[in-house]
Amino acid sequence: MSTKKFMYLNRKAPYGTVYALESLEVVLIAAAFEQDVSLVFIDDGVYQIVDGQNTDGIGMKNFSKAYHALGDYDINQLYVSAESLTERGLSVDDLMPLVYEDEDDDWAEKPSIKVVSNVEISKIMSEQDVCLSF
Amino acid sequence: MKISIQINEGPYQHQASDTAYQFAKAAIAKGHEIFRVFFYHDGVDNASRFTVPPQDDRHIVNNWADLGIKNADGNEVELVVCVAAALRRGMLDASEAGKNGIDSNNIHPAFRISGLGQLIEAGIQSDRLVVFGD
Repeated sequence: MSTKKFMYLNRKAPYGTVYALESLEVVLIAAAFEQDVSLVFIDDGVYQIVDGQNTDGIGMKNFSKAYHALGDYDINQLYVSAESLTERGLSVDDLMPLVYEDEDDDWAEKPSIKVVSNVEISKIMSEQDVCLSF
Repeated sequence: MKISIQINEGPYQHQASDTAYQFAKAAIAKGHEIFRVFFYHDGVDNASRFTVPPQDDRHIVNNWADLGIKNADGNEVELVVCVAAALRRGMLDASEAGKNGIDSNNIHPAFRISGLGQLIEAGIQSDRLVVFGD
Protein backbone atom coordinates (compact mmCIF):
# COMPACT_ATOMS: atom_id res chain seq x y z
CA MET A 1 0.00 0.00 0.00
CA SER A 2 1.33 3.42 -0.89
CA THR A 3 2.35 5.93 1.74
CA LYS A 4 0.69 9.30 1.90
CA LYS A 5 1.08 12.28 4.16
CA PHE A 6 -1.94 12.50 6.48
CA MET A 7 -2.55 15.54 8.66
CA TYR A 8 -5.14 15.59 11.44
CA LEU A 9 -6.22 19.07 12.37
CA ASN A 10 -7.59 19.39 15.90
CA ARG A 11 -9.46 22.64 16.43
CA LYS A 12 -11.91 22.04 19.27
CA ALA A 13 -11.73 21.82 23.08
CA PRO A 14 -11.72 18.24 24.37
CA TYR A 15 -15.01 17.81 26.24
CA GLY A 16 -17.50 20.38 24.90
CA THR A 17 -18.02 18.36 21.73
CA VAL A 18 -17.07 14.84 20.69
CA TYR A 19 -14.76 15.92 17.84
CA ALA A 20 -11.54 15.64 19.87
CA LEU A 21 -12.27 12.14 21.17
CA GLU A 22 -13.37 10.84 17.79
CA SER A 23 -10.41 12.49 16.07
CA LEU A 24 -8.07 10.66 18.43
CA GLU A 25 -9.87 7.40 17.61
CA VAL A 26 -9.18 7.98 13.90
CA VAL A 27 -5.53 8.77 14.56
CA LEU A 28 -4.99 5.62 16.61
CA ILE A 29 -6.60 3.48 13.88
CA ALA A 30 -4.61 5.30 11.22
CA ALA A 31 -1.39 4.30 12.95
CA ALA A 32 -1.95 0.73 11.74
CA PHE A 33 -1.81 1.87 8.11
CA GLU A 34 1.82 3.00 8.31
CA GLN A 35 1.22 6.35 6.71
CA ASP A 36 3.18 9.54 7.38
CA VAL A 37 1.00 11.06 10.11
CA SER A 38 1.12 14.51 11.66
CA LEU A 39 -1.23 16.25 14.06
CA VAL A 40 -1.95 19.94 14.43
CA PHE A 41 -3.45 21.50 17.54
CA ILE A 42 -4.86 24.92 16.81
CA ASP A 43 -7.56 27.27 18.15
CA ASP A 44 -9.28 25.63 21.15
CA GLY A 45 -7.73 22.35 20.00
CA VAL A 46 -4.65 23.24 22.06
CA TYR A 47 -6.70 22.44 25.17
CA GLN A 48 -6.79 18.78 24.09
CA ILE A 49 -3.18 18.30 25.19
CA VAL A 50 -3.12 20.53 28.27
CA ASP A 51 -1.50 18.72 31.20
CA GLY A 52 -3.41 17.76 34.34
CA GLN A 53 -6.88 17.28 32.87
CA ASN A 54 -9.45 16.16 35.45
CA THR A 55 -12.96 15.18 34.37
CA ASP A 56 -14.18 14.02 37.79
CA GLY A 57 -16.73 16.80 38.00
CA ILE A 58 -18.32 16.35 34.57
CA GLY A 59 -18.98 12.61 34.43
CA MET A 60 -16.99 12.14 31.22
CA LYS A 61 -14.06 9.83 30.49
CA ASN A 62 -10.68 11.56 30.72
CA PHE A 63 -9.16 10.42 27.44
CA SER A 64 -6.11 12.69 27.61
CA LYS A 65 -3.87 9.82 28.71
CA ALA A 66 -4.32 8.25 25.28
CA TYR A 67 -2.22 11.03 23.72
CA HIS A 68 0.78 9.55 25.53
CA ALA A 69 0.37 6.41 23.40
CA LEU A 70 0.90 8.31 20.15
CA GLY A 71 4.70 8.08 20.42
CA ASP A 72 4.48 4.28 20.70
CA TYR A 73 2.57 4.28 17.40
CA ASP A 74 5.32 6.27 15.64
CA ILE A 75 3.15 9.36 15.63
CA ASN A 76 5.61 11.99 16.73
CA GLN A 77 4.93 15.06 14.60
CA LEU A 78 2.63 17.11 16.81
CA TYR A 79 2.48 20.75 15.74
CA VAL A 80 0.96 23.25 18.14
CA SER A 81 0.00 26.75 17.07
CA ALA A 82 2.08 29.34 18.92
CA GLU A 83 -0.58 31.98 18.32
CA SER A 84 -3.35 29.76 19.71
CA LEU A 85 -1.33 29.11 22.87
CA THR A 86 -0.57 32.80 23.38
CA GLU A 87 -4.16 33.87 22.77
CA ARG A 88 -5.22 31.54 25.60
CA GLY A 89 -2.48 32.51 28.05
CA LEU A 90 -0.81 29.10 27.64
CA SER A 91 2.75 28.04 26.91
CA VAL A 92 4.38 24.75 26.02
CA ASP A 93 4.97 24.20 29.75
CA ASP A 94 1.20 23.84 30.23
CA LEU A 95 1.05 20.93 27.76
CA MET A 96 1.51 17.23 28.44
CA PRO A 97 5.14 16.17 27.97
CA LEU A 98 4.45 13.93 24.97
CA VAL A 99 7.51 12.05 23.81
CA TYR A 100 8.66 9.30 21.46
CA GLU A 101 11.72 7.08 21.25
CA ASP A 102 13.87 7.84 18.21
CA GLU A 103 14.96 4.54 16.70
CA ASP A 104 17.55 6.35 14.55
CA ASP A 105 19.19 7.78 17.66
CA ASP A 106 19.57 4.77 19.96
CA TRP A 107 15.95 5.07 21.10
CA ALA A 108 16.59 8.41 22.77
CA GLU A 109 13.43 9.93 24.20
CA LYS A 110 12.50 13.11 22.37
CA PRO A 111 9.61 15.57 22.54
CA SER A 112 6.86 15.04 19.96
CA ILE A 113 5.44 18.53 20.37
CA LYS A 114 6.71 21.35 18.21
CA VAL A 115 5.32 24.83 18.79
CA VAL A 116 5.18 26.57 15.43
CA SER A 117 3.61 29.68 13.94
CA ASN A 118 0.39 29.53 11.93
CA VAL A 119 2.42 30.47 8.86
CA GLU A 120 4.56 27.39 9.38
CA ILE A 121 1.45 25.26 9.91
CA SER A 122 0.00 26.44 6.62
CA LYS A 123 3.28 25.56 4.89
CA ILE A 124 3.30 22.07 6.42
CA MET A 125 -0.38 21.70 5.51
CA SER A 126 0.34 22.52 1.88
CA GLU A 127 2.75 19.58 1.76
CA GLN A 128 0.08 17.04 2.79
CA ASP A 129 -1.82 14.56 0.64
CA VAL A 130 -4.80 14.27 3.00
CA CYS A 131 -5.99 16.75 5.64
CA LEU A 132 -8.70 15.63 8.05
CA SER A 133 -10.18 18.48 10.03
CA PHE A 134 -11.86 17.92 13.40
CA MET B 1 -10.54 11.76 -10.55
CA LYS B 2 -11.31 9.36 -7.72
CA ILE B 3 -12.92 11.21 -4.82
CA SER B 4 -13.98 10.15 -1.35
CA ILE B 5 -16.19 12.13 1.00
CA GLN B 6 -16.36 12.37 4.78
CA ILE B 7 -19.56 13.72 6.37
CA ASN B 8 -19.27 14.82 9.99
CA GLU B 9 -22.69 16.29 10.78
CA GLY B 10 -26.24 15.04 11.13
CA PRO B 11 -29.03 15.60 8.59
CA TYR B 12 -31.32 18.67 8.64
CA GLN B 13 -29.40 20.20 11.58
CA HIS B 14 -26.46 21.11 9.35
CA GLN B 15 -25.77 21.63 5.67
CA ALA B 16 -22.86 19.16 5.55
CA SER B 17 -24.82 16.19 4.24
CA ASP B 18 -26.85 18.25 1.73
CA THR B 19 -23.77 19.98 0.38
CA ALA B 20 -21.86 16.72 0.17
CA TYR B 21 -24.76 15.14 -1.74
CA GLN B 22 -24.88 18.01 -4.23
CA PHE B 23 -21.10 17.84 -4.54
CA ALA B 24 -21.20 14.08 -5.17
CA LYS B 25 -23.86 14.41 -7.85
CA ALA B 26 -22.01 17.26 -9.55
CA ALA B 27 -18.71 15.38 -9.46
CA ILE B 28 -20.26 12.28 -11.01
CA ALA B 29 -21.97 14.43 -13.66
CA LYS B 30 -18.51 15.75 -14.55
CA GLY B 31 -17.23 12.21 -15.00
CA HIS B 32 -15.43 11.79 -11.67
CA GLU B 33 -15.78 8.69 -9.52
CA ILE B 34 -17.00 8.82 -5.93
CA PHE B 35 -15.13 5.94 -4.34
CA ARG B 36 -16.66 6.07 -0.88
CA VAL B 37 -18.80 8.27 1.37
CA PHE B 38 -17.83 7.88 5.02
CA PHE B 39 -20.23 9.02 7.74
CA TYR B 40 -18.59 10.02 11.01
CA HIS B 41 -19.46 11.91 14.22
CA ASP B 42 -23.18 12.87 14.09
CA GLY B 43 -22.94 12.18 10.36
CA VAL B 44 -23.89 8.59 11.18
CA ASP B 45 -27.48 9.81 11.69
CA ASN B 46 -27.72 10.27 7.92
CA ALA B 47 -28.10 6.49 7.71
CA SER B 48 -31.26 6.06 9.81
CA ARG B 49 -34.02 4.24 7.95
CA PHE B 50 -36.43 5.64 10.55
CA THR B 51 -36.05 9.15 9.15
CA VAL B 52 -39.44 10.72 8.31
CA PRO B 53 -39.14 14.32 7.12
CA PRO B 54 -42.19 16.41 6.20
CA GLN B 55 -43.50 15.46 2.76
CA ASP B 56 -42.64 18.78 1.16
CA ASP B 57 -39.00 18.54 2.25
CA ARG B 58 -36.10 16.60 0.77
CA HIS B 59 -35.45 13.11 2.16
CA ILE B 60 -31.75 13.20 2.90
CA VAL B 61 -31.40 9.52 3.79
CA ASN B 62 -33.25 8.36 0.70
CA ASN B 63 -31.31 10.81 -1.45
CA TRP B 64 -28.14 9.01 -0.50
CA ALA B 65 -29.74 5.57 -0.62
CA ASP B 66 -31.51 6.03 -3.95
CA LEU B 67 -28.21 6.43 -5.68
CA GLY B 68 -29.15 9.23 -7.88
CA ILE B 69 -25.41 9.16 -7.35
CA LYS B 70 -24.48 6.01 -9.17
CA ASN B 71 -21.04 6.29 -10.69
CA ALA B 72 -20.73 6.61 -14.46
CA ASP B 73 -19.60 2.97 -14.68
CA GLY B 74 -22.88 1.91 -13.03
CA ASN B 75 -21.22 0.93 -9.77
CA GLU B 76 -22.96 2.09 -6.66
CA VAL B 77 -21.27 4.62 -4.44
CA GLU B 78 -20.18 2.99 -1.17
CA LEU B 79 -21.97 4.46 1.82
CA VAL B 80 -20.06 3.53 4.97
CA VAL B 81 -21.06 4.35 8.55
CA CYS B 82 -18.41 4.32 11.28
CA VAL B 83 -19.23 1.55 13.71
CA ALA B 84 -17.83 3.20 16.85
CA ALA B 85 -19.55 6.52 16.15
CA ALA B 86 -22.78 4.71 15.22
CA LEU B 87 -22.99 2.48 18.28
CA ARG B 88 -22.52 5.30 20.79
CA ARG B 89 -25.32 7.22 19.05
CA GLY B 90 -27.84 4.37 18.94
CA MET B 91 -27.35 3.55 15.25
CA LEU B 92 -27.31 -0.22 14.75
CA ASP B 93 -27.59 -2.70 11.94
CA ALA B 94 -29.05 -6.17 12.56
CA SER B 95 -25.66 -7.68 13.29
CA GLU B 96 -24.65 -5.05 15.85
CA ALA B 97 -28.12 -5.14 17.42
CA GLY B 98 -27.76 -8.91 17.86
CA LYS B 99 -24.27 -8.60 19.35
CA ASN B 100 -25.44 -6.00 21.83
CA GLY B 101 -28.73 -7.61 22.80
CA ILE B 102 -30.89 -4.84 21.36
CA ASP B 103 -34.24 -5.72 19.82
CA SER B 104 -34.20 -3.47 16.75
CA ASN B 105 -31.96 -1.93 14.15
CA ASN B 106 -32.14 1.29 12.19
CA ILE B 107 -29.40 1.43 9.57
CA HIS B 108 -30.85 1.85 6.07
CA PRO B 109 -29.91 -1.17 3.93
CA ALA B 110 -28.14 1.04 1.38
CA PHE B 111 -25.54 1.85 4.04
CA ARG B 112 -23.13 -0.51 5.72
CA ILE B 113 -21.41 -0.29 9.07
CA SER B 114 -17.66 -0.64 9.11
CA GLY B 115 -14.55 0.55 10.89
CA LEU B 116 -12.46 3.69 10.75
CA GLY B 117 -9.93 1.85 8.64
CA GLN B 118 -12.35 2.40 5.75
CA LEU B 119 -11.84 6.14 6.14
CA ILE B 120 -8.06 5.87 6.14
CA GLU B 121 -8.17 3.50 3.18
CA ALA B 122 -10.39 5.95 1.32
CA GLY B 123 -7.76 8.63 1.92
CA ILE B 124 -5.05 6.36 0.58
CA GLN B 125 -6.97 5.08 -2.44
CA SER B 126 -8.56 8.34 -3.58
CA ASP B 127 -7.05 11.31 -5.34
CA ARG B 128 -9.00 13.60 -3.02
CA LEU B 129 -10.73 13.21 0.34
CA VAL B 130 -13.25 16.00 0.86
CA VAL B 131 -14.51 16.66 4.41
CA PHE B 132 -17.92 18.23 5.06
CA GLY B 133 -18.65 19.53 8.55
CA ASP B 134 -17.86 22.18 11.14
